[in-house]
Amino acid sequence: MGYILRRLIQSLLILIGVSIITFAILFALPNDPARQVAGRTASPSQVEDVRHQLGLDLPLPAQYARYIAKLAHGDLGRSYIQRTQVSELIGARLPASLLLMLGAIVCELLIGLTIGTVAALRRNTGFDQGAMVGALFFVSMPQFLVGYALLYVFGAWLGWLPLSGYGSFRHLILPALTLGLLGGGWYARMMRSSTIEVLRQDYVRTARAKGLSRARIVLVHVVPNGLLPIIAMIGLDIGYFMSGIVVVESVFGWPGIGQLTWQAINQIDIPIIMGVTLVAACAIVLGNLLADLVAPLIDPRIKLK
Amino acid sequence: MAVLKALFQRKLALLGLIVITVVVLAAIFAPWIAPFPPEVQLDDGLDDLGAPLGPTAKYLLGTDTLGRDLLSRLIYGAQATLIVSLLANGIAVLFGTFVGVAAGYLRGWTGAVLMRMTDLMTAFPAVLLAILLATMFHQGIWIVALIISLVNWVQVARVVYTQTTSLAEQEFITAEKSLGAGFGRILLRHILPHLVPTIIVYGTLGIATTSLTEATLSFLGVGVQPPTPSWGNMSNENAAYFQTAPWLVFFPGGCIALLALSFNLVGDALRDILDPTLRGRH
Repeated sequence: MGYILRRLIQSLLILIGVSIITFAILFALPNDPARQVAGRTASPSQVEDVRHQLGLDLPLPAQYARYIAKLAHGDLGRSYIQRTQVSELIGARLPASLLLMLGAIVCELLIGLTIGTVAALRRNTGFDQGAMVGALFFVSMPQFLVGYALLYVFGAWLGWLPLSGYGSFRHLILPALTLGLLGGGWYARMMRSSTIEVLRQDYVRTARAKGLSRARIVLVHVVPNGLLPIIAMIGLDIGYFMSGIVVVESVFGWPGIGQLTWQAINQIDIPIIMGVTLVAACAIVLGNLLADLVAPLIDPRIKLK
Repeated sequence: MAVLKALFQRKLALLGLIVITVVVLAAIFAPWIAPFPPEVQLDDGLDDLGAPLGPTAKYLLGTDTLGRDLLSRLIYGAQATLIVSLLANGIAVLFGTFVGVAAGYLRGWTGAVLMRMTDLMTAFPAVLLAILLATMFHQGIWIVALIISLVNWVQVARVVYTQTTSLAEQEFITAEKSLGAGFGRILLRHILPHLVPTIIVYGTLGIATTSLTEATLSFLGVGVQPPTPSWGNMSNENAAYFQTAPWLVFFPGGCIALLALSFNLVGDALRDILDPTLRGRH
């Protein structure tokens, strides 16, 4: 119980740190928010009125307190261009991104875990070496290149799958596969070294000595234990995906928060990018917390410290 | 020297080393190698309908949507790509080492605050933070390099911190202290030399990450700004034409992948060679 509490406080502190940094970034913005809100034709006294209304004339700690109070109510500010609440824009597009992330996680786990396990079982064979070079190859690919390559082959050339859009399972395949191939490379490398570690354990030798079948040893003793360190990684993955979806959603015209961010980049709409960054930071903190809390439930050997 | 020899004996690492050398030479000697000036829109660079040309004898890799020679732009693009990724990683490794050593040696409050800072940085989605900063201050490749380094120093700091704390507990350090050695002497004579392998490994592997970050930022239009060509912004400029002229996206993108792969191969090999504790395990 003490551990969970401490971990919660730790996460809260990190979130406060995140909010201080984003607040500082808002402050470093080259343009004057009061002027932005008041409009171009406002007189200096009108700008001062707006400044007062927005609380921008308050001392820094008071401004930060207001900023936090707004964040706590889910108020991420207004978009410069679209003139709507950033939280509404993000909320409307979050389901599409979550669907893409889910598809990507399924793809990368299927690809990465299978290849990693087989490579570890056939260590130092041609398959192992080929798989590891292949994994390194995908880890080294820029996301947009994998996206356009898949789009070109399966969309434009073979015509099997739609070029862009949203709404059916067929639309999901290519974007999810793009993120899945890139992440799968990491998982293959991790799963391989984790499995090799497990294969060295005494209980695997015991299982062999008992005369258990190879399939049973692998499926019951090796794979579940090899998976344990991977679970913590899925929590960390959220950060990686949050960055990846900006590129992948813009390549595939997927209407999620990544595309929203990409549009905001082109229009220099800082509040949207800031909002997405904050949401992503919260997701990462929660993901890590969840991974830390779930790990001991799955493996009792991990003690809550 | 022994390290270089061991590196040459690994085929894949050698291959990576060759690719890196070729790219570096291309960047340095670009004005002499490139068949055409990179920013000139050539008179016969587009076909009658105004579409880019595919690879021909004159334009070996074809031309881009503005009728500029793609090969020449790739050769010049290596400059910005290399400068940004090397500089960004250099700053990241330098800063990460500084933070890691400071936190690991000083411990106490300073160490705790420094390490909580790294926790904080890992909570930020790196590329999103870079996008945010780059959208706010986008000018010049130096700023881009600085922003990329800002999101990449954490890993180095963590590894260096762990190594420094375990080094600081060693008996020879205590002995050195009891002989009256100051912080500077211990740092220069005992701690930094032990960190050299780590610094070399991250100095190499990190470039793969920074070059991919540069590519992502430039692809999104907030990295290296045109007219300066970089492999990332070339992919961005031509992305809309990927169906009719796929080579315009695939050649620059492929160059980035090849460069990142090479740094990964060399870095992996260096880790195996320099860090005996990891040897044979991966």
